[in-house]
This record gives sequence, structure tokens and C-alpha cells, in this order.
Amino acid sequence: MTWAPYTVDATHFYLQVYFWLIVAVLGGLFLLMTFVQGGQTLFHTAKDETEERAILNSLGRKWELTFTTLVLFGGALYAAFPLFYSVSFGGAYWVWMLILFAFVLQAVSYEYMNKPGNLIGKGAYKFFLYFNGVVGMVLIGAAVGTFFTGSNFSYDPITRVLHWGTAPDGINLRGLEAAIDFRHGAWFNLAMGVLVFAAARILGALWLINDIDNNEFPELIARLRGVIKRCFVVLLIALAIVLAGLLTMKGYAYNIHDPSGKIYMEPGKYLHNLLSFGAIPLLLLLTGLVLYVIGVLKSGFGTSTRGIWFSGLGIVLIGIVIFVIAGLFGTPFYPSYADLQSSLTIQNSSGSKYTLEVMAWVSIAVPFVLGYIIWVWYQMKKAGPITKEEIADPESHAY
Amino acid sequence: MAMDMSMLEWARAQFAMTALFHFFFVPFTLGMSFIVAFFETIYVKTGKQEWKEITQFWQLIFAINFALGLSTGIIHEFEFGTNWATYSWFVGDIFGAPLAVEGIVAFFMEATFAAISFFGWKRVSKGVHLASSWLLAIGSNLSALWILIANGFMQHPSNAFLKVDIDTSRAVMTNFWALITQPVAQVKFLHTISAGYTLASVFVLGISAFYLLRGKHVEFAKKSAAVAAAFGLVSSIFVAVIGDDHAYEVTNTQPTKIAAMEGLYVGEKGAGIVAIGIPKNLPASEVSSNDQAWVFKIEIPHLLSILGKHSFNAYVPGLKDLIDGNPQYGIWPLSKLEKIGAEARADLLAYHEAKARGDQAAMEKAKNDFYSVVWSGDGVKLTKSDLIGYGFFKGKNPDLIHPPVPPVFFSFHIMVGLGFWFIILFIWAWIAVVKGSFENSKLLQQLAVLSVPLPWIATSFGWMTAEIGRQPWTVFGLLPTAESATPIALANVQATFFMFLTAFVILGIAELKILFTVVKHGPKGAH
Repeated sequence: MTWAPYTVDATHFYLQVYFWLIVAVLGGLFLLMTFVQGGQTLFHTAKDETEERAILNSLGRKWELTFTTLVLFGGALYAAFPLFYSVSFGGAYWVWMLILFAFVLQAVSYEYMNKPGNLIGKGAYKFFLYFNGVVGMVLIGAAVGTFFTGSNFSYDPITRVLHWGTAPDGINLRGLEAAIDFRHGAWFNLAMGVLVFAAARILGALWLINDIDNNEFPELIARLRGVIKRCFVVLLIALAIVLAGLLTMKGYAYNIHDPSGKIYMEPGKYLHNLLSFGAIPLLLLLTGLVLYVIGVLKSGFGTSTRGIWFSGLGIVLIGIVIFVIAGLFGTPFYPSYADLQSSLTIQNSSGSKYTLEVMAWVSIAVPFVLGYIIWVWYQMKKAGPITKEEIADPESHAY
Repeated sequence: MAMDMSMLEWARAQFAMTALFHFFFVPFTLGMSFIVAFFETIYVKTGKQEWKEITQFWQLIFAINFALGLSTGIIHEFEFGTNWATYSWFVGDIFGAPLAVEGIVAFFMEATFAAISFFGWKRVSKGVHLASSWLLAIGSNLSALWILIANGFMQHPSNAFLKVDIDTSRAVMTNFWALITQPVAQVKFLHTISAGYTLASVFVLGISAFYLLRGKHVEFAKKSAAVAAAFGLVSSIFVAVIGDDHAYEVTNTQPTKIAAMEGLYVGEKGAGIVAIGIPKNLPASEVSSNDQAWVFKIEIPHLLSILGKHSFNAYVPGLKDLIDGNPQYGIWPLSKLEKIGAEARADLLAYHEAKARGDQAAMEKAKNDFYSVVWSGDGVKLTKSDLIGYGFFKGKNPDLIHPPVPPVFFSFHIMVGLGFWFIILFIWAWIAVVKGSFENSKLLQQLAVLSVPLPWIATSFGWMTAEIGRQPWTVFGLLPTAESATPIALANVQATFFMFLTAFVILGIAELKILFTVVKHGPKGAH
């Protein structure tokens, strides 16, 4: 039995596009907030207790925002594209479970690390933070990679009960095959993983340079600049692979006006997407890349503390473009290489028109929420960077 | 679809484990966030340093707990997808919305203002800080509202706000306002948050009493206990009052649950409540009299009819009536529900087969039958599609349709018993505080210390009453638990079960150790 998408309804379609754009913005903001994860991989740059606590306290005031952004990212996908939630989370089981586990461990580590009686010792919590920063980032990057390379699933056309296929060796890896199945773009997924990790690590260093008092911690700051330089090389290599892949690979495609919703392969699909809509995606991507590099040059190679603002804005733009070209312009955002017609598009995986309408009203709250987050951020920041005095103050709830 | 039953049991066990573990921290956050805000308000009003110390001490304890609450919370969001993929697809259109709203309006409020409340003592003004502590408390409680709206939908998926859509073969939302205002969700929310307030009050009262017994931090303990006694008294009474409303809603929306809660195998007019007793675990279809069903019981006559139906002699159906039917009271036999549900499933299939052939007439016919009204009354219309869930039970053992009686009965009754104890405890403590004798009443102090773990037992059993009592459904009457899980090999679920179990054991012990260390150090030098 072939399966047709919903009756094409213009309002419903615009809502689907709107929610995909929200997902893209949230994805971009999440990538910005991964400076927390990146920073968690930089504890080794601290050479003494005070330096380490400076890093810990700088990140410790922001990790909840990253965590919450991830939760909302998941919640928005659940509400707006429930079939994706069902297929990807239920299917690529181990990818999501490991990501989840990495974040569960992170959430307690800041609060417990330096508390007496914490059972497993400071080193264990530091390891949890490191694990979250490396494994969490690589897996999330690789998971985003499968938005382009596809996954191994099909489902019952009526009940949507899921079938997740086995890897080439016959073992069902439930999503982890994305990292080893080179016939289906594992190289691209891995490069995405490394790219997201390297980008987060650089952001982490940029954030710490900005947030920690440079005069009190000159050596730590110098070491962080060194990390940025070295990591930038890794980032450029991964970026080259990802861009080469994106611009040359065959992409999954469908015609948004075709009521059958038939999905087919299109050479150069993602390049076409970048050039769609007056090449705005391409311009945004280039702007994002340039901004990111400016930030790296300012604070990694120069002595400015303001690099994070450039690179931060840059990564948001890059993130938005990645999601836009993965899901808009007639592109199935969660394709299946096992059964092309099971691929998920924003149209066939979305919530009902009514639910999207309701959620569109709710989304009016988003600018308001962003507003108070920025206000609180400013309130906490205006008293200056983190100093030795503050870390030593028993009233500051310092970690 | 054939589901591996042992996989299903493991998936359920995993969810129950994460839910119960998460729920150790949630009610504490709900109540403690307000208690901290009370203390800080007194500090800002009086400007006295001692109240600042009180605020900061309880805030430290709050923060230790908050971290684990947050980390266990995200597990659920993911598990709905990873382990309950079919559920997520079938009801995601309704269930996903409150979760997303929770993220937007509540979680960011919690996370953002927690940063000021924890770290901003010297970075922002007193007023901004106090406002942040209040917003943190409000944010926490708002998140409870939205998750309980989602849970309320699972308890009572009324066709006032959803319908099963034949085109997409899933439930879709039809009225958001009706979803968020439905009484089942609202009483659940009020019951849960007030239980959280009670729990946090018992904790603060108990720790304060512990210091008084030791003769340490006396002024600190007296002040803390006074606030806890007042908040606890109001909250514990409110829990019971709203709990009564909650039971009323359950009686009228989930008859199998209330029957299991009260061990009512056979329906009765003027049904009583067994205050103390041991019910037997029996297949309800084989029970002919309630006398068979108890090892022993002490019963308060008529109480269930009064509480559940607000009428002295009202009829409350038992589990057996819900299987066999009872024409005298208009209760349909299960077989009739199953037959209609199976017809709805057949219509759905026929509709999609016709759609594939392009046979418009057959599609129309199937659709009309799918949405044909099978019952109406009280302004409500029930169509075949609303009963589609019962179709899954056709040809199966009829006793699968109700939850096992003993665990639901015991969970419920232990919770209620403890709830009454908290009222007594707080009346006593409040009188002692007002008379100024709390400091000297050793017995009361000892009881307060011994009571510290009890509200956690009560809230856990409350949760078990709600969730085991809902079985065999994830969404009552609409989606059976057996059809909700992700089709996946057993070993995956087992592996993640033990992964989380290990993490919970280690992190749980770590949290308790840190907590005990902080309590031992006391308010001065606790940081």
C-alpha cells in the first residue's frame, strides 16, 4: 500500500514551515549554548585549584540554560513533529539514550563536585562533565548528520509502527550504525560530530576568556587562547569535509505540491537548497562562517575578550541554515535510506493543523522568554567577570 | 502487532523506576522553592541578617536537590520517544503540546531565575533577587501544572478535546482550552503541588526539630519551624480537601481505578470504604460477592458513595460489573465495548484500503461508521472511534481490563493514612509554635524527626495509585499499554534499565550524603 501525505492545506503547510523555522532557531541557539559543553572539556587548562574553580563557576551559571534549550528543542519537535519523535527517538535508540545519559550525568556534577560527602570524588564529576562535553557533542553532531545521510527505518503505513533495520553485520545497533556504516555516509556523520565538538570547544574557550577576569588569571587565559588555535585547525578540517559533502552529495527530495508526496533522490540537492530563496541561506551561512572566524581571530589569535559575541552569533546563523536546508524547500529532514517513502518531511510528520495553530499562539511567548533571559544575563554580567574574591566568598554559592 | 511481553514489562519497569526516582525530588522542589521565597521575603522586610542565613541554608539544600530533579526530569522527555514510540506517535499531537508549553513558559523561568537566586546574592539588588526567588518557585509550580495537564489527559482522554483521526490513524487535539481546564488535570495539579508543600514543610519541621533535640542552632530552628508549621498546616489540610475532589473525579472518569483503590469487586449501593483491610488479588470476573475478596476488613459504610458520588446511597460499580455489565445501572459489558472497538479498528483498516484503491464511496462508508454515535446522554456523544482502544482486548482474558487490586488498594490507603498523620502533626506543631512550647516539646520534636521520610513514602504511593490504577492503559480507554511501547529487542531495554539504575543508586546516595553533611554542619559554615 502506498501512503499519501496529508491533504495539502496552505495554512497547515505554512505552520509546518513556521515550526521548522522555530526548530532551526532553537537548534542554532542550542549550538551557541554548547559553549558550556565545550568549556567542560577544558578543565585540563587549569593548573591550580583556583583556576579550575573559575572555569567551574563560569560554566556552572549557564549550564541550566543549555540543558533547558535542549529540553525545549525536544519538546518543540515532539509537539510540532510527533512522528519524528517517535521514529528517531524510538529508532535510533542508542544514540538518544547515550546523549541523554551524558546530560543526566552533567546535571548533578556542578552542584556536587566540590561538596563534601559527594561519594565518588571530584574526579568522577569532572569526568562526567568531560564525557558530556565530548560524547554528548559528537553524538548530537552525528545525529544531525543523519538528517542528510538518512537512517535505516521503515514503518507501517497505517499504524506507523516502526521498524528499524539492522547494520551490515546483522546486529541491530539502533542508530549507532550511523557512525560505522560508510556506505550510508558514516564519514559525513562523523565529520559533523567532530565539527560540532570542535566548534563547542572553541566557543567554550571564547566564553571563558570573556567571563573570567583576564587580569587575575592571565596564564589560564593564555592557555585557553592556545586551545582555540589548535582546535581551530581540527574545526577547519571537519568543516571542509562537511561542506564538501553537503555541496556534492545526492540529497533526498520531494515536491511540496505533489499530493502523492513521493520522495526521490536529487543530485546536488543541498547546494540547490542553499541557492533557493534568493540564495539567502547561502548568504546567511557565509555570514555565520565569517562571524565565527572573526571571533576566533579576535580572542584566539588576538587579545580581545569579545570574540564569543562574534562566534556566538555566527554559530547561531550556521545552525539555522543547517536546519533550514535539511527540512525546507521540499527536503525530507529525516530521510530513510532503507525505505525512501518512509522518509519524514515536515508535512508528513507534523502535528494536526489545530495543534500547530495553538502552538503558534503559544510561540508568541518565545520573544518574551528570550527577553528575560537576556535581561537576567545582563544583570548577572554587569557586575563584571568572575574574580578570585567571588569564588572564595562563602555567600556566593560558588561551586 | 505482536509485542514481546517481557520487553513491555522491562520498559514499564524502566519508566516506573525513573518516574519514582524523579518524584523524590519534584515535590521537594515544588514546596521548598516557596519556603525559601518566604524566608527571603521575611529577610527583605526585616533586613535582619539571621533571616538571610536561614534563607541561604535552606536554599543550599534546595539547590542540591534541584540538580538531581532536573537531571532525572529530562529522562522522561526522552523516554516517551525511545521506549514509547508508538504512544508518542498515536497521541503526540495532544501530549506533545503541553510538554512544549512546559518548556517555554516554565523550564526557562526556573533555569533563568535559579541562576540569579543561587549566584546573584552580590550581583543584583535585593529586590531583583527576591523577585527571582519567587519566579523560580512560580516557574517550578508552572511546570507541574503543564506536566499534570499532560498526565490528566492520559487519565481522562475526553472527546471534549480530542478525536481519533481516521486519516492519520491517531488521536488529534480538537480543543486546547478544554484540555488544559479539564477538572481531572486541575485537581491533580492542586493535589500534587499541595502534597509537595506538605512534604517540604515536614522536611523543614523535622530538620529544625533535629537541631532543637541536639540543642544546636536553636534560634535558627525555632524560626524555621514556625514558618514550616504554618505552611504545613494549610497545605496538609488542602491536600486532603482537594484529594477528596480528586477521588470524586476518578470515580466518575476511571471506574476501574476507583474500584481497585477501594477493593470493590462487586458494585454496591451505598458502598463503603474499607479503612483497614487486606484485599485478595482475584480475577474480578470470578468473584460473586465482596465477602470473598478480603482476608479481613474494617469498613466505614456508605462513605465511598458519599465521597465518590456525593450521595448517601449512590451505586458505585465494582470490577465485576465493569466486565459483565449491569443493565440496571446502564453499565455496558466489556464484550460490548470490545465489539465496538473492534469494529472501529476494522473501519480504520477498510478506510485506508479504500484510500489506496482510490475508492471514494468505500472510504466514505468506513468513515461514517467510524464516527457513528453509539451512545449519547448528558450532552456527550460517544462514537465508535472513541472506543477503539477496547478493540485490542477482544478475545483476550477479560480480567486484563482492570488493574490488580492489592497494590492499588495499599498504595492508596497508605497515602491517605499518612496524609491524615501530617494534618495531626501540623495542628500539633502549629499550636506548639503559637504557644511558644515547640522548643520544649521533646515528643513532638522526635515525631517530627521520625516523620521526615514519610511524605516521600506518601507521594510515591500516591503516584503509584494513579499510574498502576490506570492500567492496562497508557491513555485510559484509548490506548492500551501493550500497544504503546517501541518495538525493540529486549536486551536494549534491559541494558538502559541497568544503566539508569546504576546512575540512580550512585547519584541518589551521593545526594543523601551531601545532604546529611550539610545538615550536620548546620546553617553556619554550611557553605
